[in-house]
Amino acid sequence: MYEVVIGLEVHVHLKTKTKAFCGCSTEFGQEPNSQVCPVCLGLPGCLPVLNKIALDYAIKVALSLNCKVQEYTKFDRKNYFYPDLPKNYQISQYDLPIARDGFLNIDLEDKVKRVGIRRVHLEEDAGKLIHQQDSSLVDFNRAGIPLLEIVSEPDINSPQETHEYLTILKSVIEYLEVSDCDMEKGSLRCDANISIRKKGAQELGVKTELKNMNSFKAVKDALSFEVERQTELLNKDKPIIQETRLWDARELKTVSMRIKEEAQDYRYFPDPDLTAFIINEAQIEEIKKTIPELPQGKMSRFIKDYGLSKYDAKILVSLKNNADYAEDCIKAYPNKDKKPIVNWLIGPLLSEANNRNCSLSELKIPGGKQELLKLVESAQAGKISHLMAKSVLNESIDSGIPCLTIIENKNLFQISDSGSLDNIVEEVVKENAKSVADYKQGKTNALMFMVGRVMRKTSGRANPKVVCEILKRRLTDA
Amino acid sequence: MENELYKLTAHELLEKIDKKEITSQEIIGFLKKRIKGVDSKVKAYVRLKDANLQSATCNLQSTLKGIPISIKDNICTDGLHTECCSKILQGFKPPYDATVITKLKQAGATVLAYKTNMDEFAFGSSTENSYFGPTRNPYDLERVPGGSSGGSAAAVAADEAVWALGTDTGGSIRQPACFCATVGLKPTYGRVSRYGLIAFASSLDQIGPITKDVEDAALLMNIIAGFDPKDSTSVNSAVPDYLQALEKDIKGIKIAIPKEYFVSGIDQEVKAAVLAAIDKLKDLGAQTSEVSLAHTEYAVPVYYIIATAEASSNLARFDAVQYGFRAESKKGKTQNLIEMYKQTRGEGFGQEAKRRIILGTFALSHGYYDAYYLRALKVKTLIKQDFDKIFREFDCIVTPTSPTAAFKIGEKIKDPLKMYLSDIYTISANLAGIPAISIPCGFTKKVLPVGLQILAKPFNEELLFRVAYAYEQNTPWHLEKPKL
Amino acid sequence: MAITKDTVKYVAQLARIELKAKELEELAGQLQEIVNFIDKLKKVEIKNIPATSHILPMSNVLREDGPQESLAADKVLKQAPQREGDFFGVPKVIE
Repeated sequence: MYEVVIGLEVHVHLKTKTKAFCGCSTEFGQEPNSQVCPVCLGLPGCLPVLNKIALDYAIKVALSLNCKVQEYTKFDRKNYFYPDLPKNYQISQYDLPIARDGFLNIDLEDKVKRVGIRRVHLEEDAGKLIHQQDSSLVDFNRAGIPLLEIVSEPDINSPQETHEYLTILKSVIEYLEVSDCDMEKGSLRCDANISIRKKGAQELGVKTELKNMNSFKAVKDALSFEVERQTELLNKDKPIIQETRLWDARELKTVSMRIKEEAQDYRYFPDPDLTAFIINEAQIEEIKKTIPELPQGKMSRFIKDYGLSKYDAKILVSLKNNADYAEDCIKAYPNKDKKPIVNWLIGPLLSEANNRNCSLSELKIPGGKQELLKLVESAQAGKISHLMAKSVLNESIDSGIPCLTIIENKNLFQISDSGSLDNIVEEVVKENAKSVADYKQGKTNALMFMVGRVMRKTSGRANPKVVCEILKRRLTDA
Repeated sequence: MENELYKLTAHELLEKIDKKEITSQEIIGFLKKRIKGVDSKVKAYVRLKDANLQSATCNLQSTLKGIPISIKDNICTDGLHTECCSKILQGFKPPYDATVITKLKQAGATVLAYKTNMDEFAFGSSTENSYFGPTRNPYDLERVPGGSSGGSAAAVAADEAVWALGTDTGGSIRQPACFCATVGLKPTYGRVSRYGLIAFASSLDQIGPITKDVEDAALLMNIIAGFDPKDSTSVNSAVPDYLQALEKDIKGIKIAIPKEYFVSGIDQEVKAAVLAAIDKLKDLGAQTSEVSLAHTEYAVPVYYIIATAEASSNLARFDAVQYGFRAESKKGKTQNLIEMYKQTRGEGFGQEAKRRIILGTFALSHGYYDAYYLRALKVKTLIKQDFDKIFREFDCIVTPTSPTAAFKIGEKIKDPLKMYLSDIYTISANLAGIPAISIPCGFTKKVLPVGLQILAKPFNEELLFRVAYAYEQNTPWHLEKPKL
Repeated sequence: MAITKDTVKYVAQLARIELKAKELEELAGQLQEIVNFIDKLKKVEIKNIPATSHILPMSNVLREDGPQESLAADKVLKQAPQREGDFFGVPKVIE
């Protein structure tokens, strides 16, 4: 009945060493007002000079988002008063941003959807404001850090798609290594615009701007809430007011900002303290060369070259470090069917990495990838059970002892020959007469119980399949 | 002779230091005496009670050997009060030096702790808009010294300063230099770093010398000009030795005389003195021709849109958060943030500052941007094109610096528009970004100075110095002193 | 272009300047005069004339991403009208 229309404005901190217009450090978490200078404090008489790397990074992101990089770009002053804005204007870009008209493809269940990127521009961040009982406190460390603003077209049609878009966008930017994209540290921020209209309608509905969402989940929840709120209003024939609403993460609802909507007149004009910037083909080509294979391209390639499923490939490419490590393992795995090594990567390996809060490449597996492959091969060949192999991996990382060494030392090899197992099976049969009787009466649970007993007696080393067969033969005999 | 030492130029004092006839510390000494003697009348300096006149730097190996220089109150000096003669910057001590100050210190100058008076934030043409009250013209204490660098010009004219720095956005070096019979140069935009100059109009401001003669101006320009990586609008090209331009020969120099600068509004005595000066230039071998700068009448309106628009943005930072004056909350009320902003800026800014900020904000505001700001930027192109055309054929342009000599204190202050129109001859050079110099060219019957303005194409200060020097050395004006 | 007291009031609000009633009245009159004068620019033919924002034919002024010394925090906070430890204090922002 209704169609949801969403547009997103994402701000990312660029990971340059110094700020956008001065040489102060951009390091996070320092003492308040310790990373400041006359320029980023906006002291009288100071002047900005643009950081070359900030410009390069901006172009890099724009190209990765399929945008048209503008040949001529300039900075404008956005004028408004707020205590975290030292000059009471922000150096930003208005009508001639660095790039426009790009797109990002997002994966929906049944298809690929193209979300347009309207523009990408560079600006400086404001300081941090801490609200207290009777006053507010300002810390200007963050003032002047280069921000990239990425504005999408209103092509997104659900909170779920929003989540997809943000995940992929973050992934692309991480691959470029130009930002940490960490919402908790504030190096990625997201505002959303949402409106609703009757399906098939041409005109957009009244839009609401949403702010104060501190995680991708919060963005999704806030949008879901808004969809409900606005749908309800429309159903009751009530009007939707154009306003800014804040997400309340405790009450799980959006709240109107209640600021008198004096339409902000930013009085943009070209900043006379900065020159214009001309970006030529040669420079664009130079920067293109530094762009690695991006996640979606890599995903397609994994599917094509290694026969991975879309699901598996997607997981592996989500982090660049993981993708590179995974590809190395996959290439080195001798069999043509890569499923076993992929399962290991997606299962136990990623699990270990998550538990240790690191990436796959940061896992300190003694003996490196070679040792890991040996472990996987052993498990595949049945020399050791998969369950055992997983715990060996864990122990190996903890202890620093190579996997195969652990297996040998503790004699963890799986016992698969009937010769060794017959006696133990015999013991178990003798000790569990009731189970034997149950089994003969048709209770198959009893069989599994006895298999379990054998596993116990062999400290988990018996090959359960073989045990099962031996037991069955033995019980049929008797 | 000791009595006369304070009258000497910087280059004369340097000679004496070289001959060991005097030390820079002694120079500070007699300057202090002179200031004590006459500044209560002239009021060229501000906050005299708050600062201690320091000892001279004395490096005899340096270029300037400790000679003191006086600085306008809008140029940042590390640890020394810099307040733009405004209440809102009360108590402000910048934690850094402007680039020109660093250069002066590196050249061995002593930067005086006493700052010179100015119109608040450089908004004005008479120095009457200073929070500390007006400076008086040393040639007639009932009259203005011009503005906004009135303090610097008066100090130099009254020999209360050896030389000084001023700033020029629409004529604020040249017009006071003219009113006070000193030399004043506005460099090409981008020639001198603006880093540390408290901005009025970022696309027009320049720092420049105000001196007793042309040689001093050339010497000072050698020190302060040059590329600054901290200023994105500073030009990366070599600075010539401007002293080399000081020859007395201007044979064959082609001078353009724009007719629009001699029409109604100009005082007859001023016109006569300037025409006589042009005749002198012809005597010295220059060729003159009448030309037209067709868009001259639009320069003042264009300027008052662009300059005030930029100023409204540049002055937004004065908000009592980090430094300066903060208005107290009204009786019984707890002040909230917006009230703090509004009351601070309402009380801290003077009338002219408020007028310009409001005008500038208006010109940029939604709905008016195209009609005012954008339009002004386009007419600015036309003004620049007028000058480009002339400089293809001529070496320089000569005009009066101001349509009148110094006017009486209080005469124009109640009529802002009248005050703005007194900038008519100087404003175009700022809009076109070209260098311009004012030199004394005579006196009216009331013994008020008249100034001659010379303009050249961008980065051709050498030609300005050459023509100015030739004229100066063949006339007596630079030897005149006010009777204080 | 008419400059009324309301125009001035609105613009003063944008510029965060409090004007007394008398000031407001005076300013409105003066600004009207100035704007009338400035309006003569409407006579100028500007079709196809580009705007000149920057008078210098310069572009691409950049700096390297190398660290420069920051200011000592104490130097920075020394002149604060309302210093609260390592922060600048301001009156409550009313939301």
